[in-house]
Amino acid sequence: MSETASADPSADSVRREVRQWLEANWDPNEDLVAWRNLLADSGWGMPVWPRQWHGRDLPQALAPVVDEEFARLGAVGVAKTGIRLLAAATLLEHGSDAHKARFLRRILTGEDTWCQLFSEPGSGSDLAGATTRADRHGDHFLVNGQKVWTTSAHHADYGLLLARTDWDVPKHQGLTYFVLDMHQEGVDVRPLKQMNGHASFNQVFFTDAVVPAENLVSAVGNGWQVAITTLMHERRGADGLRGVQRERDLPGRIYEQEREEIAVALEPYKWYPQRAGRVDLVLERAQATGRNTDPATRQEIAKLLTMARSAEWTARRARAAQQQGRPQGPEGSLGKLASSNIARQASHVHTLIAGANAMLAGEDGDLNGLIAEILVSVPATSIAGGTDEIQRNIIAERVLGLPKEPRMDTGPFRDVKRN
Amino acid sequence: MHFAFTPEQEQFRDAVRRFLRDRSPPAEVRRLMDDERGHDPGVWRQMCQELGLGALHVPEGRGGQGFSVTELGIAFEEMGRALLCAPYLSSVLATTAIAEACGADEAEQIVSGIAVGEQLAALALTEANGRWDAGGVELIADGDRLSGSKTHVIDGHVAYLLIVAARALGSTGEEGISLYLVAADAPGITRRSLTTLDPTRKLARIDFANVEARCISSDAAPALRRTLDIACVAVACELVGVAEALLESAVDYAKLRMQFGRAVGSFQAIKHKCADLLLEVELAKSAARYAAEAATEGDPDLPALASLAKATASDAAMRAARECIQIHGGIGFTWDNDTHLWFKRAKSGEALFGTPAWHRERLMQCWEV
Repeated sequence: MSETASADPSADSVRREVRQWLEANWDPNEDLVAWRNLLADSGWGMPVWPRQWHGRDLPQALAPVVDEEFARLGAVGVAKTGIRLLAAATLLEHGSDAHKARFLRRILTGEDTWCQLFSEPGSGSDLAGATTRADRHGDHFLVNGQKVWTTSAHHADYGLLLARTDWDVPKHQGLTYFVLDMHQEGVDVRPLKQMNGHASFNQVFFTDAVVPAENLVSAVGNGWQVAITTLMHERRGADGLRGVQRERDLPGRIYEQEREEIAVALEPYKWYPQRAGRVDLVLERAQATGRNTDPATRQEIAKLLTMARSAEWTARRARAAQQQGRPQGPEGSLGKLASSNIARQASHVHTLIAGANAMLAGEDGDLNGLIAEILVSVPATSIAGGTDEIQRNIIAERVLGLPKEPRMDTGPFRDVKRN
Repeated sequence: MHFAFTPEQEQFRDAVRRFLRDRSPPAEVRRLMDDERGHDPGVWRQMCQELGLGALHVPEGRGGQGFSVTELGIAFEEMGRALLCAPYLSSVLATTAIAEACGADEAEQIVSGIAVGEQLAALALTEANGRWDAGGVELIADGDRLSGSKTHVIDGHVAYLLIVAARALGSTGEEGISLYLVAADAPGITRRSLTTLDPTRKLARIDFANVEARCISSDAAPALRRTLDIACVAVACELVGVAEALLESAVDYAKLRMQFGRAVGSFQAIKHKCADLLLEVELAKSAARYAAEAATEGDPDLPALASLAKATASDAAMRAARECIQIHGGIGFTWDNDTHLWFKRAKSGEALFGTPAWHRERLMQCWEV
């Protein structure tokens, strides 16, 4: 390796290099896993990762150059669906070399699916109040308890597990972070049916599930710090739908295999547009039903469109400030709360427009049940990914600087009131 | 469309903010709200001559400073925040109407007098029917003679020049609407200061009994529409400033006020109010700034965007005013506490140029819903 390899390369040289490599190696009739192994070997699949671990040490700012070259040829990238990249980012930061050697490649190839075992029935907003226990027995831990809201658990190979190993210290200090093998007798995955009839998530029950000590990602008692890493990456959007928005209609074996992978990954999310309220349908529906002539409905539509447009402009203000390198103002932290308000108002407007048909669902409902699906999906928006109440606390404390509430959970976890 | 201000615009905001911090502290607001004129002529002249605020957005060829509605919006945010008592909104109405309705030479001559702060001018539009559009004008122009009454005329009690919207005999709707120019001391004019809910914004009733006036535009409906759109954007920005000042006051007080052994701002009931308020204020700010940019860039959707901004900013300002009093508790209802000064500006701003519901309906009509 040359002496100058550590200096940042230019965009042009990176573009030349990746283009050359793709032109020499890309083949749409290749097998998906074989191709991704090639990506993992070359470092072009995750170029910002370290060279030692399937990357090329590229600065983040040059990643778009690589993406552009992949897009230009229609070349398929590494597997990014589900929580794979959350798992990978966490392992890169906190895992041992043995973990990285064992897990990273099969994450990139898509051979392994991962799930996140954090939320519990007794700890939703208060994630650090987890009561799933992991007790040490020599060279392994036995896990007992229950997790919930686990996407993809029914076909996951591994789980990122946050479990309590010490009940006599304050709650954040008694947690430990593991990689759990989902294929074992002590793990029971059951679908969780939601009020809208879909089952996008699972409940996971542990009865003496076994985790070998070599699967510790954190030191014992240090799991919360590792969980924060996962959550930070989740907040930055490294999860779920990223990288799977495009639909490929291109011919070739590799595209067929990728389409199949995407279909499986997207299945749990197919009602997500409805949970955001489908503002896009409102004007068309108001006109088609004639409700656009009702003054009260017009007022509510105007409020909805005003909220939606203002939220969009607020997001653009935040982006513009960021591009100018200015400190982010309050506008950056308000998006989630705004989305909840918009979804709720949209659901209200859809009800006004549907009138008596708001009582119907399925094939008898308006738009073949789509309107009904909006009405019974919107309540998820103000809960999932941090409730509105938690968002308001965050905004009030971090943006407005209001004082925190006194805590009742600072003593040994054993004595903290819980569910 | 720009979603961030330029460094020059930020500097302009800082200059206006510094000036107002110095010249329009709450004690000065209280002094001027009890003053019959309602402003300090020396301070207004200074604002015009040092900061160019008399006709900021009017093109230079028409006697103004040649800045855009974006800069006007920045100035109005700061004026609302400081609750400035000065004839700035009346100047926007007057100079915009003249710049839109007159030829360049005539506009240049009239506007430049207003721009330097020597002459105050007022647009006399609204009448007893309470409408803010050309179609609502009933005051009759018979040749060059005006007869009828105007009301809710901003700074009408102190303006030297009156720009009067009048209707040709027998005309209806937006047809036959003219603008006339007349000195306020012309024979046949009687003026009366109205008692206003918001003492920081003075309104007058002006009666015209066969008053001789000079016609400056005989097809004034388009100029009036444009003038009101700009004025709505300006007031939306002002109300954003009002709302921000109220939110800051509420948050500051919530940090200081102790009850049950802790700051009231540590209770979620108060925190959540403040967080919701911040969201509403930021959305209103985005709407007002977007509308100002739309005016600057000549966006044909300006009427809709002006209505959207006015409705959302006055709702935000009123919510901020209500919550600010609520968070202050009993002290917030007292005369000595400053909250009611901003509350009254917000309440008066809600009704000025049309209520939020009226503007939402106008938005729906503009967007052909």
